[in-house]
This record gives sequence, C-alpha cells and structure tokens, in this order.
Amino acid sequence: MGWLKKPASDTQLTHGDRLWLYVVAAIIMLLLVIPTLIVIPMSFSASQYLEFPPETWSMRWYDVYLESPKWMRATVTSMQVGVLTMLLATPVGTMAAYALFVSGHRAARALFMFLITPMIVPVILIAIGTFYAYGRIGLNNTITGLVLAHSVLAAPLVMIVITSALRNYDLNQERVARSLGATRLKAFFVITLPQIKFSLVTAALLSFLTSFDEVIIAIFVSGGTNATLTKHMFAALRDFIDPTIAAISTIMILVSTTLLLATQFLGAKQK
Amino acid sequence: MQSNADTQPSEKPTALPIRIQSLTKKYGKFYALDSVDLDIKSGEFLTLLGPSGSGKTTLLMAIAGFNRPDAGSIRFGDDEMILTPPHKRNVGMVFQSYALFPHMTVAENVAFPLKLRGVSAEESAERVDEALTTVQLASLGARGIEELSGGQRQRVALARAFVFRPRILLMDEPLSALDKKLREQMQIELKHLHEQLGVTTVYVTHDQREALTMSDRIAVINHGKLAQVDTPHAIYNRPANAFVADFIGESTMLPLTRNGSGQLSFAGNLISHDPVSAGDYSLVIRPERLSVIRETVSDPQQTLVFSGTIREFVFQGDTAFALASISDRHDVSFRFATDSASSENSLRPGDPVSLGLNRSDVIIIPRGEVQ
Repeated sequence: MGWLKKPASDTQLTHGDRLWLYVVAAIIMLLLVIPTLIVIPMSFSASQYLEFPPETWSMRWYDVYLESPKWMRATVTSMQVGVLTMLLATPVGTMAAYALFVSGHRAARALFMFLITPMIVPVILIAIGTFYAYGRIGLNNTITGLVLAHSVLAAPLVMIVITSALRNYDLNQERVARSLGATRLKAFFVITLPQIKFSLVTAALLSFLTSFDEVIIAIFVSGGTNATLTKHMFAALRDFIDPTIAAISTIMILVSTTLLLATQFLGAKQK
Repeated sequence: MQSNADTQPSEKPTALPIRIQSLTKKYGKFYALDSVDLDIKSGEFLTLLGPSGSGKTTLLMAIAGFNRPDAGSIRFGDDEMILTPPHKRNVGMVFQSYALFPHMTVAENVAFPLKLRGVSAEESAERVDEALTTVQLASLGARGIEELSGGQRQRVALARAFVFRPRILLMDEPLSALDKKLREQMQIELKHLHEQLGVTTVYVTHDQREALTMSDRIAVINHGKLAQVDTPHAIYNRPANAFVADFIGESTMLPLTRNGSGQLSFAGNLISHDPVSAGDYSLVIRPERLSVIRETVSDPQQTLVFSGTIREFVFQGDTAFALASISDRHDVSFRFATDSASSENSLRPGDPVSLGLNRSDVIIIPRGEVQ
C-alpha cells in the first residue's frame, strides 16, 4: 500500500489523507447511477414480475418487446419525432444563436434569455399550454404537433451549444472572407460552418435526445397511433408491470449514453 | 530588399484614390466619426493614427463596408461605395488577428479570393505561388495554419489580401501581435511591398513610431475627428495642435504670453517676432532639440536660452534623459546622445544648467487640451 503514502497534490497531502474523500465521491457517484443501472439486470429476468435481483435469467422480455406491434409502432414514432425535432431545432437554434451573437444589439441578450426560457419553465406548464393550444388548432395526437413542441425544448440547447462555439471563433474570419469577395451567406457556409461543425453535430444529437427521452409533453399531446415510446412506458407502468419495461429502458439507456458519449467525444475533438 | 523583380504581378493593379466626405457614424449619442473629410491619393500609404476609441478602426471598417455610416460619402475613384456590400468593394484586408482560415492550408487560404472570382485552377496556382514568393513563403503552401509562426501567419494574411490584385489594401493593426524586433522588420517589408504593389493602402495603428516609419501621410484622429493630416515629417516638426504635439513623440508645452503688439514670449525670452492673432499659445519643445550650453551663446538670434536647475537625470544607454526646472514652476525634459567622455554624463539633481533651443525648432501651437 505504498500508494497511500504518496502525495496526492502540491500540498503534500497523501492519498491516505484523502481516502475519506475518495470514499465519499464514490458513494455519491454510485447513488447517481444505481437507480438507472438497476433496470439492466431486471430486464434479463425470466420471471413474470419485476424483481431484483432476478432468480432466473432469460432474454424473453426482449423478444416480447421486439415482437409486439404496439411497442414497435411506438418506437418508430419516437424515432420519427426525434429525427424530425433534430432537423427542425438544429437549423432554427443555430440561426437564432448566430443572429443574436453577431448583432451586438442591446436587446440581443434579453432576446436570448427569452428564447431559452423553455429550459427554465417547468415542462408541465409547457405541456398544459401546448395541449390547450393544440386543442384549438387540431394538432393534438399528431406527429407535427409533437415535433413542434419538442423543438421548443430542444432549440434552447442548440442555441447554448452554438453560442459557446461561436465564442471560441474569430468572427473576423467571416469579415475577411467577405472582403475577399464572398457574400455573407457564402462566408458563413464556407468559413464559419466547417469550424463549428462538431458543435453542430453535438447540438443535433442533443436535440434528438431531448425529444427521444421526453415524456411529459408526450403524455399530453401524443396519443393513438402517434403515441411515443415514453408515453406507452408510462401507461404500461400504471396498468400492468412486467419486465418488458425494463428491457425497453435498457435499450433507451444504451441509446442515450451512446449519443451523450458521442457528443463528449466530439467536444474533445474540437479542442 | 531581395530581388523579386521576376515575381512581381504581371499586370499592376490600378490603384484608386479614396475620397471621404463628411462621414459620420453615431453609436447612440456617441460620435465614433464626426463629419470626417479625407482624401487619400491613388497609390498612397496613409496611416490612421489615434488612441484606442478614437474612431480609427470605425473609419477603416466604414471603408471596408463593415459598418454603415449615418451620413457622408465614401468614393473609390468616381464610384460611390456607401451602399456597396463588402464583397463587392474589391479591397484586400488584413486584420490584427490575421483571421486565417484554420481549416485550410496556406495555399488554400491564399487561393480563396481567386476561387471566388472563378480564376482557373492553373492560373490560381500560379498566382498563389507568386504571392507566396513575394512574402517569402514560397515553399510553405502545403502547410497547415497551426504550423506557422506569428510572423509567417502575418505574411500569409498579406498574400491573401493582395493576391487578387485589389485596388485598395486595408490593414487593421496588422503588426501589433508581433514582438518588437519582428515588428520593426515587418514594417520595412510592408513598406517595400507597398512600393512594389503600388496599391492605395490605408493602415490603422496606435503606434506612432510605426506610423512615422511607414507612411506617406498620417491622419491623426481623436474623438472621431481628424486632428491633423500631413507627412510624418510635418506631423512631428509642425504639429497643428496640442493633441498632436502630445500624442506624437515626447514634448514639453510651455504657456506663452502675448504682448500688446501680438508678439509671443516666455519668461522674458521673445519667442516669435511676427505678431499673431489674439488667443492663448503654447511653445512645444521636443526633448532631443534642447542642448546643454557650456559657454556663452555666440548667436543669441539663432538660439533661445533657458536657464534652470536639474531635477532628475536618467542614464538610458544610448541616450540620457533629464528633467530641468526653468523659470520657477515649469519643468522641461530633454534628451541627448550619451558619450563616454562627456561631462554632461555627470549632471546631478540640483546642478544649474543652461539649455539652448535653435529658433528653427520652435513650435508654436494654440493652447488647448491634450485629450
């Protein structure tokens, strides 16, 4: 255990002196992830009921999920809404971030704060408001309605990611390009965009995830054949509990973590 | 200068004069430019010199088309430019940050304006080569921007700005990020490049020495107004007002008294024989124009003499700098080249001293604020 005697920092505290800190940190990290990870072993249970730890193991609940037309349709809906939200929120958020960043107008900052309020307002309020508004214009239970509502949540994330990318970018490059003969649009696409492309991909992945993981708005405004995976999961938990939910959760954890790791990886690459 | 007669652009771009009339740019209530009139001659190297916030960069950006003035006119030759977008003004531009495109190689950076102009790949390659040779980077075309030193980046930015043979070249403090030695070397190179290209050049700096070194003419700008536009020689030797006298070079300003017949004097010394119109005037003395006088002056008509007491003396290697108090309250600073044998090296605070100023070095300006 010579390691315990080695200095852990410039202050000459040894790893031994720091041991308590490492233990506390480990406990906190475990508390953060255990609730999420606990569904993974549960999904491989052979039992009829959710149990932890499972007594017998099987893949049967994955088969149930994959063979159920109801779950498959919901999965397709979630994917569809996620991709469309990504395709809408990414360009719209990028345009807003660029305009507000470049303008330098006094109102730009206030407008930025206004546009990112969907991140601060409780989602349930947005969901209720959207539900009533959609009731009037007939957008409830439609893909369009869900994509619009999810884009409202995703666009602020895009704006924050793109604004921070623009902060690390010398806008004089665009000016030079314009003085050299490029139109403003061309300067943006040829000079600025290639240099913020990793942030753009990150923003797109986050948009997808925002929609894919979202449940509150989905409960209010999606339904029928256009109900999302998360809405079906919520309903299933209420009506009958079987380990299919755990299997689906495991798949969703896998998708989310992969995408988040991808954004982190891209972020590191940009630096 | 190295010989690159064979690498000169085959057709010289026709330089254009720039005529700026009553140009005004306001930000809220603040006048960044206040009715500026400036004629820049064809092929001239004109420097906009001023402290930060003086409006010099605003003026340059207005010429480039990056801000829209509230009033006034900017003409390139006979063409009004005020509504022309930057990409149609055909001006080369170099920024302080260089603003090279990091996702392109050196050659791709330089080829960028040619590509936009639809120049064929073959001709483009030739001209990029030519431009890189002119800035002495002939072999570095394939390098990435990250691999270049500060000085090399500066040269790439330059090559990119003139490769498409613009008729006007604009530079915004292009050398300020370089260290002193490299900066002085680049000043000379830029001057040669300007002679070689013959393009009208507007150069922004806050460094007066740089302005004096490089320019055909200097436009001193302060609070959005031109304080003086003249040759470096005239700006230094005949500043028009207190701001220019204070901003360019070192100077001491002494208040003058005007007698009944309009002549100006300081502490009993008649400074100007010719009567001047009513008003307050100051005498401007450059520190290097004062000399320590040991014997009686042979020709008092030619030399003004101030007697006083040394207050401070600082040896700075090539020169020595001293402060002397003359006629009670007034301090003048003076500077002279050192010399190992000179007895002036041994001046001490408290020593009496006589300082001579040649009458041809007398500068009289209307008294005013230096800010």
